[in-house]
Amino acid sequence: MNVHAPRPAAATPLKLYGTEVASRLLLGTAQYPSPQVLREAVKASGASILTVSLRREAAADKGGQRFWDLIKSTGARVLPNTAGCRTPKEAITTAEMARELFGTDWVKLEVIANDDTLQPDVFGLVEAARALLTDGFKVFPYTTEDLGVAERLLAAGCEVLMPWGAPIGTGRGLANPYALRTLRNYLPGVPLVIDAGIGAPSHAAHAMEMGFDAVLLNTAVAKAGDPVTMARAFASAIEAGRAAYEAGLMEMRDMAAPSTPVAGTPFFTSRDN
Amino acid sequence: MAGTATATSLNVLVNGEAVRLRAANLAELIAELGYGDAKVATALNGEFVPERARAGTRLAPDDRIEIVAPRQGG
Repeated sequence: MNVHAPRPAAATPLKLYGTEVASRLLLGTAQYPSPQVLREAVKASGASILTVSLRREAAADKGGQRFWDLIKSTGARVLPNTAGCRTPKEAITTAEMARELFGTDWVKLEVIANDDTLQPDVFGLVEAARALLTDGFKVFPYTTEDLGVAERLLAAGCEVLMPWGAPIGTGRGLANPYALRTLRNYLPGVPLVIDAGIGAPSHAAHAMEMGFDAVLLNTAVAKAGDPVTMARAFASAIEAGRAAYEAGLMEMRDMAAPSTPVAGTPFFTSRDN
Repeated sequence: MAGTATATSLNVLVNGEAVRLRAANLAELIAELGYGDAKVATALNGEFVPERARAGTRLAPDDRIEIVAPRQGG
C-alpha cells in the first residue's frame, strides 16, 4: 500500500459519530491547580470536547455539582471516561452511570490491564465495546496501536478509535510512530484520536502531521508551569500540524539538495575539470 | 407500611463503607443519607440502577451500593 495515506480535502471538518467537532484538541479536566485555572485553560485551548469522570461522593460533599456547573459553563461537550475500571463489567456499569449523570451516550471506554503501565486490556475493551454499542452508546475506545485490535473494535461497531501515544501520564510523545503510521495508513477513513502520552506541543503536532484526526491530552496542560499558556501552545501546535498534513509534507530524502538555484552562482567553476 | 416493619434497620455497604440504615429501598437510602437533590448516579451490587428505578429497588442485608457524582477526568 502507498506510504502516504490519502489526504482529505483541505480544512475538512472532523466528524465523530456524525457530530461535527470544531476543535481537534480534546482536553482532560483533571489535575489543574484550581477550578479557575481549569476554566481559563479550557477557554485558551479552544477545546469543544472535555473528558470527565465520576467518582464516589459522600452526601455532605457537593464537589460533584460544583464541578459539573463549571463544565456546563464552558459550553463544551463532555466525554465521560471509565478510568480505573479493570473489567468489562465495571466499565459497562460505569458507562451506564455516566450516561445518566452527564446526559450523553458518548463514552471514553477504558478497561485497564495493568496498574503500572495503565495499558488497555484489549480483550476486555473489545468485549465491553460490543456490549455498550449494542446498548446504544457511542464508544470512544482507549486502545493501543495494535491494528488487529483496531479491526476488532471496528467490527464491533466503533466509529472512532483512540490509540495511545504513550502510557497515560508519561509525556513521552509517540512511543511507536511506525505502528501508529501503519494504523493511520491502513484505516484512512476512520477518525483516529491520539489519546495519552502527549507531553509537549511538538508531540501533538507530530501526531497531526501524520494524519491523526485529533489529540486528547490532559496532564501536559494541567501540570505545566502555566497551564493556560500551555493550552494555547497546544492549540497552535495542533492547528499547525493539521494544516501541514492537509498541505502535504515534502518527501524526506537521504542526500542534500540545494534549495537556492545553482545556475548563475557567482564565481562558479565546474569541479569536473 | 410506615410505622410497622420500617423500624428494622439494615446493614449495607455504601461506597465501600458499612452503614446501618432504615431505608427499605434505594430512593429512601439516598434520602436518609442526606443526598437531597444532589446529582448522583447509583449502582446496586455492580448493576446500574437508573434514577426512576430507585424507589422500586428493595434493599437486602449486605447489599453493596455505589453513589457517584461528576468528577474531573482525563
